[in-house]
Amino acid sequence: MVANAVLHVADVHKNFGGLRALSDVDLRVDEGEIHAIIGPNGAGKSTLLNVCVGRIKPDKGHVVFDGEVLDSHTPYEINQLGVSRVFQTPEIFPDLSLLDNVMIPAFASRDGAFRLRPFRKLRLEGDIRAEAEKNLEDVGLAAFKDTEAGSLSRGDKRRLELAMCLIQKPKLLLLDEPTAGMSRHDTNRTVDLLKTIKQRGMTKVIIEHDMHVVFSLADRISVLAQGRIIASGKPEEIKGNPVVQEAYLGGAH
Amino acid sequence: MTKLLDREPVALLVFSAVILLMPLWLTPLGANYPDLLQKFAIYGIFAMGFNILFGLTGYLSFGHAAFLGVGSYAAVWSFKLFTMNVIPAIAFGVLFSGIFAFLIGYVSLRRSGIYFSILTLAFAQMCYNLAYSVLTPITNGETGLQLTLQDPRIIDRMFAPAGAGLPSTNFFGILMSGYSGFYFCAVVLIICFFISRRIFKSPFGLTLLGIKSNQNRMGYTGYNTRPYTQTAFVISGMFAGLAGSLLAVTDPLAGAERMQWTASGEVVLMTILGGVGTLIGPMLGAWLIKYFENIFSAFNEATLEQTFSFLPEPLAHAAVAISGLFVGEGWHLTLGVLFMLIVIFLPGGIMEGWRRLARWIGGGGGGKAKSESAAVAQPAE
Repeated sequence: MVANAVLHVADVHKNFGGLRALSDVDLRVDEGEIHAIIGPNGAGKSTLLNVCVGRIKPDKGHVVFDGEVLDSHTPYEINQLGVSRVFQTPEIFPDLSLLDNVMIPAFASRDGAFRLRPFRKLRLEGDIRAEAEKNLEDVGLAAFKDTEAGSLSRGDKRRLELAMCLIQKPKLLLLDEPTAGMSRHDTNRTVDLLKTIKQRGMTKVIIEHDMHVVFSLADRISVLAQGRIIASGKPEEIKGNPVVQEAYLGGAH
Repeated sequence: MTKLLDREPVALLVFSAVILLMPLWLTPLGANYPDLLQKFAIYGIFAMGFNILFGLTGYLSFGHAAFLGVGSYAAVWSFKLFTMNVIPAIAFGVLFSGIFAFLIGYVSLRRSGIYFSILTLAFAQMCYNLAYSVLTPITNGETGLQLTLQDPRIIDRMFAPAGAGLPSTNFFGILMSGYSGFYFCAVVLIICFFISRRIFKSPFGLTLLGIKSNQNRMGYTGYNTRPYTQTAFVISGMFAGLAGSLLAVTDPLAGAERMQWTASGEVVLMTILGGVGTLIGPMLGAWLIKYFENIFSAFNEATLEQTFSFLPEPLAHAAVAISGLFVGEGWHLTLGVLFMLIVIFLPGGIMEGWRRLARWIGGGGGGKAKSESAAVAQPAE
């Protein structure tokens, strides 16, 4: 066992009715690495992330994050431990301004899951505001900080969601197809952004269909097919793996 | 000017001036008598508190009248048992409605959306029916809870013997009837405005808006949302209890009909009419409804005939017959039509109408400044 595994998904099983979504999934994500999960549609990739953030409880097996077994943790507790997630369909606050969207997660990281100070003035939270503006700038949305988030394009919503996660400075960032629906230009920018955060040492698990993104970002790749991990290793190993070729790279395309 | 209104002392000063000068500027509208002014202030507080729950968290309670009733009963009991001074009465009203809100909220907030609304409605109707039946020793059933000559009033008795006749409510000697009653309620309303404004402009308020916008995201963002919604529920229940106790202050009796579902529905109407989630909209909605209730219901055929007397007789008859449907007993019809028009054409209520008007008047260059001035009043939008 690797000592510094940040996330360890240990022998996780999950059935939906008769459908076996995950079986015997064992995944180890090391500190600071970008770990890509690829696989055909319906392979169980999103289910795997749902298990990691506490949205779904596994039938068997455990998820261990940073030495803590996440068996009975609620999503908000898991986030407070340091796991943030970008969803496949953007989960933002559509009625609020972009700045508010990014400030809300910042308060959660600073003040914890619940803190009652109803008379504190928002105007005095200059630090958080400045940080939020900085994060919006990083994803290239600074110009729209007072816009209502619901009016953004799908790609921009994703980048906003990324900013909402990054401001929390999570130990582990889970990304479910972060570039889907983005133009080539925005995709490249997002990839660059993720690379710079990599230098800051944030561990990331990324689900992605765009092989260009996967191979330019990932340190390691795991291939999921029919609820099983069929291969795991460095990008060049995966590229040359005949089983993967069969199940995914060659078979599907 | 617009930036100025955003500053707390200025906003408070302007608001206070508008409220305290109500007897003056309501004179042309024929609404400057103390009884109605008191109602304006009291129901303004009720709607403002309701808006902290509905406007910020999006949880639509259909049982807020229960807290109004609890506040009234607690206040009247304070008058009966302890003293005619209004301060303890208000304190008891707020305290008991807060406890009630905590318990009802604890159960109801397990569900959201329509199920939450139904749960609160069920609890309020339960309170209403209990007040009529098993709780008669506390609520005095159908007669309603009133002051009597046999009341102990122990604190008052320590200072003076019981006089002949029923005593009046007072604020350290100042009787709470007529204009002094209104000014007392007005000061409480100003304090409530201050509290509500602070909540709107705090990180706490922003968190509540986040819950309204996407509760699912709040969970994955590390928020435990239940204590937040629970706190908002208790605060708004306490506002309602405060309003209820003020109703008892201005007229020391409490009846179960105050808790009926129609009263809960009324505060929903007030909030939507004025503008959900805006700082002063719900209060304006409350004023509008109370104005209609008191002014339109007072019109009768004679006043209508007088109004239309300039028309030739057959036309005047027709006009009286038609408009007669909308006044007097029929004031609900006017209110219903108005409500439909607002919901259809101005979903943001009076405040949205105000904003559109400001933009329209402001036009091109001045438009931005004007809409900002409107935004001062509704930071939640």
